Amino acid sequence: MTEPVLDVRGVSKRFPGVLALDDVSLTVGPGEVHALVGENGAGKSTLIKILTGVYRPDAGQVHYLGQPVTFGRPLDAQAAGISTIYQEVNLVPLMSVARNLFLGREPRGRFGLIDVARMNREAGEVLARFGIAVDPKLPLHALGLGAQQMVALARAVAVDAKVVIMDEPTSSLEPREVETLFRVVRELSGRGIAIVYVSHRLDELYRLCDRVTVLRDGRRVHTGELAQLDRLSLISLMLGRDVADVRRHGLTGFSAHDAGDVEPILRVRGLSIRHQLHGVSFDVRPGEVTGLGGLLGSGRSETAKAVVGALGTDGGTVDMSGQRLRRRTPAAAIRAGMAMLPEDRKAEGIIPDLSVRENIVLAALPRLSRFGTVSRAKQDKVVELFMKRLRIKAASPEQRVSELSGGNQQKVLLARWLCLNPRLLLLDEPTRGIDVGAKAEVQALIDELAAEGLAVVLISSDLEELVEGADRIVVLRAGAVVGELTGDDVTEDNIMAALAQEAVHD
Amino acid sequence: MTPTIVTKTPHPVPVERELRRERLAGLAQRHGAPAVLALAVLIASVLFPAFPTAENANGIAIQSSFLAIVALGMTFVIITGGIDLSVGSVFALGGVLAAYASPWGPLPALLLPLAVCGAIGLVQGLLIAKTGMAPFIVTLAGLLGARGLLLAVTDEGATTYLVPKESAFLELGQGTLFGIGYPVYLTVVLFALGAVLLQRTRYGQAVFAVGGSPDAAALMGLPVARIRVMTYLLSGLLAGFAGVLNASRLSSGVTILGVGMELDAIAAVVIGGTLLVGGAGSISGTLCGVLLLGVIQNVINQIGTLNSSYQSVVSGLFLIVVVVVQTFLGRRRRPR
Amino acid sequence: MTEMTAIPAPAVDRAKPARWLQDYGVYAAVAVLVLFNVAFTDNFLQTATLRTQLVQVAPVVIAALGMAMVIGSEGIDLSVGSVMALAAAVLPLYIGYGFWPAVLIALLVGALVGVVNGTLVAVVGLQPIVATLALLVGGRGLALVFADGQLKGITNPTLLELGTGELLGVPYTVLIAGVLAVVIGFAVRGTVYGRQLVAVGGNRAASALAGLPVTRVLIGTYALCAVLAALAGVLATARLGASDPSAIGNLMELSAITAVVVGGTPLSGGSIRVLGTVAGALLMQLVRATLINHDLPDSSAQLIQAAIILAAVYIARERRTR
Repeated sequence: MTEPVLDVRGVSKRFPGVLALDDVSLTVGPGEVHALVGENGAGKSTLIKILTGVYRPDAGQVHYLGQPVTFGRPLDAQAAGISTIYQEVNLVPLMSVARNLFLGREPRGRFGLIDVARMNREAGEVLARFGIAVDPKLPLHALGLGAQQMVALARAVAVDAKVVIMDEPTSSLEPREVETLFRVVRELSGRGIAIVYVSHRLDELYRLCDRVTVLRDGRRVHTGELAQLDRLSLISLMLGRDVADVRRHGLTGFSAHDAGDVEPILRVRGLSIRHQLHGVSFDVRPGEVTGLGGLLGSGRSETAKAVVGALGTDGGTVDMSGQRLRRRTPAAAIRAGMAMLPEDRKAEGIIPDLSVRENIVLAALPRLSRFGTVSRAKQDKVVELFMKRLRIKAASPEQRVSELSGGNQQKVLLARWLCLNPRLLLLDEPTRGIDVGAKAEVQALIDELAAEGLAVVLISSDLEELVEGADRIVVLRAGAVVGELTGDDVTEDNIMAALAQEAVHD
Repeated sequence: MTPTIVTKTPHPVPVERELRRERLAGLAQRHGAPAVLALAVLIASVLFPAFPTAENANGIAIQSSFLAIVALGMTFVIITGGIDLSVGSVFALGGVLAAYASPWGPLPALLLPLAVCGAIGLVQGLLIAKTGMAPFIVTLAGLLGARGLLLAVTDEGATTYLVPKESAFLELGQGTLFGIGYPVYLTVVLFALGAVLLQRTRYGQAVFAVGGSPDAAALMGLPVARIRVMTYLLSGLLAGFAGVLNASRLSSGVTILGVGMELDAIAAVVIGGTLLVGGAGSISGTLCGVLLLGVIQNVINQIGTLNSSYQSVVSGLFLIVVVVVQTFLGRRRRPR
Repeated sequence: MTEMTAIPAPAVDRAKPARWLQDYGVYAAVAVLVLFNVAFTDNFLQTATLRTQLVQVAPVVIAALGMAMVIGSEGIDLSVGSVMALAAAVLPLYIGYGFWPAVLIALLVGALVGVVNGTLVAVVGLQPIVATLALLVGGRGLALVFADGQLKGITNPTLLELGTGELLGVPYTVLIAGVLAVVIGFAVRGTVYGRQLVAVGGNRAASALAGLPVTRVLIGTYALCAVLAALAGVLATARLGASDPSAIGNLMELSAITAVVVGGTPLSGGSIRVLGTVAGALLMQLVRATLINHDLPDSSAQLIQAAIILAAVYIARERRTR
């Protein structure tokens, strides 16, 4: 076997409270396209950041071209020949394509001035080699995302990269653009460049990659030829679920027998967002926990956000209690009785500088006030009630919410929504990143709420949680509903089977 | 029942529409300021017979040259996504220091102000680039600090230093060639150099990159902090030099000059098509912006019955129209 | 805000002295300066001296209160000085109709400017510094156009009384500034609007998801700030006994921002310190007075002012933990 270009040996990385990488190894040979997969928190991004010099490993060693290396900063990794293509194109949108390609290493002519003509000409040649015919003088943002991605790739390769790491490069590309990208990736691999390819789209992995490394909870759980691993096995490795008794034909057993004669409180039809959702439809009934299942990037969070009006939609309708929601804003959704716990607690949930009390009553402020003046007595009553009921551990209601643990912050956010007396609760990853005790409490609470007649939509990457928590599961893949499980069919195996179906190409 | 497998059809890509919008935006940005300037000159020439004379044009050119030089530095600063509020004070300080040093000869009269004003720019740049404090706060302190320094030099504004009558230093601001004042030539040369610096050097490219996307610039290996420091240094130097020229022209270091000049400079730069959020702009646009302000001022003077405050009303109006138009045209450029 | 915090957060521990400085530094500085003046400045404790100081600082306090709210919303308003000038210019135009109509129209003009600013920020999506810059440039020009570039004497006795009169020994201007500080302090702490404002400034995305009326809150805040600035302009005019749009409110945006920042309100939004803002304005006034009383020239005053701003921002920089 040829000597590997990149050889990661037993790398570990610890952050306060978590072991993000635990003795992980990875080898990539020249010309190899190596898939790196895993769910959220598996350690993929930590590993990539170690490879690109953002982090340093606590233990273990990265070997590059046979030499042990330590990169102090991203620049060093780049200079050594490890380039990274990020999900978000990391170029300067307002500058021309050619100037982006050559930024920092522009060809210079007389008096040390940039030779613009030569730069544009060379840029055109480089782009032509990548099969993109665009005017290099156009500003980058005038290009489609796919072409921008290609420019980033061209730049990465032009600096003599030996390794290209691609982190979800296709997540915002059109199908046509994906094809061009694949062609380029194959060409690069043909030239002996090693490629680490991170994606959640299984179809892409199987079309493109030679070998695969699966990470889960910071550990490497599998490395091997991708072709020898069927989809179901791959998914079960990613999710850490037993594949033994999954029967493929179990798929057809999905039955849609209605859980009850109860009228749905939420009726979603044909929800579409360009690139993200493609006609998502489902119902939610009171007293029932409806799970939204799917791998990362399948459109679960987008669905929830679109339902409450936090994301603009290109089509589709949302009916709440038989009423069509016309004004699609979070405020209108709240008035209609919906409440959504967002996935990103820090960015979209807590107001860090405010106290626990104020974070709880935030959405209910108008109801807890008289003539626009907040009533402290009413607030205290509500806050006390919910702090007790949810067992929120804080020194006092006046403690700054940013000082609480993740689990308690999550409970504060739950309390914020519960004190509105919603009829529908959408929970996006309610137990992510919180400790075991708090997790069990939150899960028990979800059950309790549903038992009280609340309609709950539960989104979770944790299959076990989803199966145990949900009465019915709507399975999403690539922004579309691919199946619905009810009753006894709600099992981890069935979900995985649904996720593993071959995508139908048009 | 079999599970439903939904096939998705790709959505049509509105590339055409985006390209057209892009062309429009580019057109407005590149040619908006010259077009408006040409229009203003045309209208003024038709309405006021005294406007299209060589004498009047010369007057506008000389009047505008000081602001132009200040705005040149401001253009670089704004393209990096920053702002420099200190230029008015630095301009005044430069003039006072030039007059102060002029008895020792023309060279000290030039070098002392450049050294001090450059130092002010350098310190501001270091504070902004190294501590992460907001440019407008740092340069606001610079505005106060430079004015304080000026007061300290002039016995609290009581002393106005005069340039000795026979000093060669006076040539710089008062000399003429073919009937046109030296400051005009100097401005033209500085703008030409500035355009080359911005468009044809790696520093200039880095200025665009830092303003357009600081994170990407850092990832692509550009020395972001050094670029910022150099840019504020450049702005300080140019504002100081404009002050020197002005002192030479007026034969004295007038202490009360430059108040509010930062606003005129910012207005000229923005009217010239440079994005206030950074990342795009042009030197020629700034020149057009400055000239446009000069023409408007001149026209308001020609009308005579209007008071000169209409100048800032028009500037403010232009500013808001330009920025709002930029925002709408550029709306799709920066995915958040 | 949370002086009651019982459990110190582990992450904040290392920055404890900085934290203390952020929270109480301005009060300590004011106290030190007052003590210094009591000890070393002649006649400092005489009512005349104190009154002069307070009368001078009152318009700054009023403008700074509005600025504090805007900064708390994660914004900035550069147009306050120009709005003061506009209000001053409008007064003599309508004073013929009487005191109240003239003042109301002046405040209305302020509100209009504020709504424009707020709309540009909240609806069009401009950066606050950009949106308010245009009115900083154009507003004063407009004021001068209204006033025809001239200083106009005020003869309306009510308006003059507002500027020079007093109640129980306290000048009206000081009284108004004090009442407004109390009212704004209450509005920020005790009203739905105030709490929503702080939330929007602290995390706009989360506030929108929680169903808060983000656009309305932002426009209202800019409007309120501009109305307060207009009021400051009216008071300054009344005290001067003349409408002088070329001088009134000059560089007021800087003084107001300085007071807010020195008072410990972070420029990154999400927290509004009303008392701190008042103290910040007082501190800057005291610094200037102290220097002048001790024969230090104006130049040093400006340099020291610049240094204080930088120090305050530098200290506040660490505030955010995220």
